[in-house]
Amino acid sequence: MKDEVLYSFWRCYLQKSKQAYCNRPAGETVKALSVRESSTDVDSEPERPSLLHLLSLSESEGDLLTDCSFASSMSKVSESTSIYSGSVDGSLYLMKNQKEKLRMTMPTTLSFCYMALLWLREPITLSELLRFVVEGHIPYLNVFQHFPEKMKLCGLDLKIFCVESWPVYEEVYNKMLELAVFLDLPRFPDITDSCFLHPDMLCIKYLMEANLPDELHNWTCRVVKKIGIGEVDFLTLVPGNKSTRKVKYDILAAAVIVVVLKLLFLLDDHYEWLLSDLAEERNKNNKEGGLYFEFKKWYEVVKHSLDVEQKKLDEERAKYLWRCEKPLFYSVKNKSRVLKRRQMVVNLQNQFGKLSGSVRRAEKPNPSSFQLRWSEENTDGSCFHGHSLKGILQEKCGLLTAMNPDYWLCTVKLCNEKLCGHLAHYREEDFPQSYHFVLRLFSFLLRIQPSYIHDEVCMIEHKLFNKKLYKKLKYNTVLRK
Amino acid sequence: MDSFLEEEEDEEAAVGRKRSPAAPAGSTLQPPLHLPFLPVLLHQPASSHENKVNFKKSKEACLSYIQDAMLQKQWKRAAEFLTFYVESLEKDYSREPISPSEMIWRIGTEILCHHSHSSMKEFNCFVEQMKTLGVKRYLKVCLEHVFHLLCNGQIDEAYQNLSLAESWRFGEQTALQDKEMKLIQAYRGLLDYYSWSKQKNVLLERGLDGFADLSVEQEMHSCFRKAAVNLKEIIKIPGVWDLFVKCYVDLLEFYGDHNEARQVLNEYAYNSKFPANPNAHVYLYQFLKRQGESKKSVISALKILHDIVPSHELMIDFNTMLQKSKKRKKRRLGLEVIFAALDYAGWKENVKAWSCLARQVKQIVISEKHLDWIKQEWNSRKDWWPAFHFSRYLAKRNWQENKNLSYEKALVAGILLGKDGKYFKYVSHQGCKAQVKRFRILKKFVNRRNPVYLRISGLSDSSVQP
Repeated sequence: MKDEVLYSFWRCYLQKSKQAYCNRPAGETVKALSVRESSTDVDSEPERPSLLHLLSLSESEGDLLTDCSFASSMSKVSESTSIYSGSVDGSLYLMKNQKEKLRMTMPTTLSFCYMALLWLREPITLSELLRFVVEGHIPYLNVFQHFPEKMKLCGLDLKIFCVESWPVYEEVYNKMLELAVFLDLPRFPDITDSCFLHPDMLCIKYLMEANLPDELHNWTCRVVKKIGIGEVDFLTLVPGNKSTRKVKYDILAAAVIVVVLKLLFLLDDHYEWLLSDLAEERNKNNKEGGLYFEFKKWYEVVKHSLDVEQKKLDEERAKYLWRCEKPLFYSVKNKSRVLKRRQMVVNLQNQFGKLSGSVRRAEKPNPSSFQLRWSEENTDGSCFHGHSLKGILQEKCGLLTAMNPDYWLCTVKLCNEKLCGHLAHYREEDFPQSYHFVLRLFSFLLRIQPSYIHDEVCMIEHKLFNKKLYKKLKYNTVLRK
Repeated sequence: MDSFLEEEEDEEAAVGRKRSPAAPAGSTLQPPLHLPFLPVLLHQPASSHENKVNFKKSKEACLSYIQDAMLQKQWKRAAEFLTFYVESLEKDYSREPISPSEMIWRIGTEILCHHSHSSMKEFNCFVEQMKTLGVKRYLKVCLEHVFHLLCNGQIDEAYQNLSLAESWRFGEQTALQDKEMKLIQAYRGLLDYYSWSKQKNVLLERGLDGFADLSVEQEMHSCFRKAAVNLKEIIKIPGVWDLFVKCYVDLLEFYGDHNEARQVLNEYAYNSKFPANPNAHVYLYQFLKRQGESKKSVISALKILHDIVPSHELMIDFNTMLQKSKKRKKRRLGLEVIFAALDYAGWKENVKAWSCLARQVKQIVISEKHLDWIKQEWNSRKDWWPAFHFSRYLAKRNWQENKNLSYEKALVAGILLGKDGKYFKYVSHQGCKAQVKRFRILKKFVNRRNPVYLRISGLSDSSVQP
């Protein structure tokens, strides 16, 4: 199924960009085209990717688990093409062409993948996809290693295939939207309550990962329901519809959790600690058996783990190896130089590797959805999933409500996204430390900048308090008159 | 709080509610106050690409980890990160000021020097690779390699490397790296000198037995020639070449070419193009002394040394020499020299220095001529020398530790500060108590000469005679 979806997207793309599959392609013939499938699910089995030769219009299968990559199609047959000039239209590709803006780049291939995954409503978010790319489970960095022997890569192809930076969430996401519009896709399949990408479902996942009590899920569901972001029409992607705000499911879910935490704990660097002390008191007198959730304890445990993981991540980032055994060279002339350099690099790596003492782990750990794991079996009490929120709630009219009567808005007025690029501008100094910590936690889990989550939080808050804000503004304008 | 989520009907009642649920206190009620909403102009939104992790950024991060590890002397960790950093050799960094190859060379050298598991063999292998990396640094790398070999006692390898480096030619690079080439030649000359002196010693030992080994002698002479050529060259360039000068002069003296030696030393000491170097004058002085030159030239050599480094250890000899002179000016200079030397803390406990001063002061006092010399010298020092040299604490300590020192100092103190000065009083009292003869003589002497003190310190009429 996946083959078909991606394959048809690909064909559509080529058709639209007049590179193939049409009566008058921009080029004349097509050399080769390879489309590979990505399978990133933990649950699914490795798919067999398909190699497509458009000339023969037949499909053959390869054995490799690789990412979506693409080949070049010829535009002009030039006589002087030698083996080392690389793909014939590499130069054409890199020329800025006004007419066809959507040239393929490595990040765009990821956009393609994500689009297909979204269409299929697979249980994987964009942030997870990008994380797998960075962790190396999806070949992206030196993907040419997996190309067949016949396809030699050099010359200007290098600029396309030689990756020297990791893709950025925003970039991939926006490109995906552009692609959807470009391909004239219809409304995507509906995202309903039972779908993984629905905020309720994603909230469960993130609550688990953030080691927060399961009871918070009730609150997130209520927030989602109240502001209507659980509606099918809100969540489903309709390409070309410029009026609706495009939904980033993972960031949205994280933002909902942040808002709920703010609602319950206020997170102004004072109240949450007071509340925590209160919960502690209550815990002492607690006869029910289940522990009450204490913010302080949670903070200590999670902060510790977060710092450890963050440090590891930073070191990993410093240790990225961008080049691989198969060196790339621009032309015959610098082939020997490149090979010599490569040899020297390998020698040095060996020499110092011996001195570094540690054995580099040979296998990568399997890809996993969860980065932080908390187990109930641990006796040290570091798992908060089962904790009850009763410690911070109070009885009122037969219902349990939060004790916190206040709330602070992240921003009173939202910016114009078209002008600023963001709904709000986040600076760490301007906000309470607890808030910043929560943002930091989720930005680590999603591998994005805290400001994106902050944007979504602002958006949710404005939806939540819309009536009150609107009323106040109206009241103010009335006053002025 | 629940009300926000559940009850819509409360909207009407909300107006009448006391607490303001939504906004933080005072935000929308007082128009001027705005919460974290900043004017677009002031706060540029952070671009999404700001934190893009790319090749250069990750290598920069890697480098900072290496630096941290090295500063904390965690060599294993530094080596580990270096393995990830060496990749940057494959990327073009020609626009940056410092290239990764230089970084890798320097960092790698440090790690290999300090790491417990590294050996000379590994080091040599590494340096060989570094030599091929950057042609602009070739000679520098060679030179540092040689230094390292010398530090580890591998003189022959060092010599081989120097010879190899000397014969290196690479188009215009050879001209650009001229300075390093000169240094390489100079060091080779130095190693030639070293082998020359080894052979010389061998010959001298054997020479006592009577038979001369011709081949060794010839070798020795050839070493001399090689060394002399190179050393002479480097000394021509303005700079600090103490080691080379010494060796060269040694060679010249052995072969009897004193004129050349003198010329070289004069050049080294007096040529204004060369940086001011006290050692140059020391060498010149030593040479002149060896040659038995006239007092005048010796003194002039030392005078410059006094000007540059008043606290130099040769000042004692200088003072001794000057005291003996018949010329008044010279003796005056001698007094100045010894006072200047004792201004420095390093001389505080030096018996010889104090004895020189004591002798001269005593002589002046006895002759009663030139008391104004002492007065002049003392003028600038009377504010701080008493606390510096003649405190009561020092008196006790000097007495306990070194009687000779206390004796000399007491003499000086007695003349300069009078018989009632703390130092003199204490020491002489102790000395007389211990019934040491010279202290009693000292006491009498100073007591008799007290008017001199008064004259020096300007407390009485200068014409008073004892």
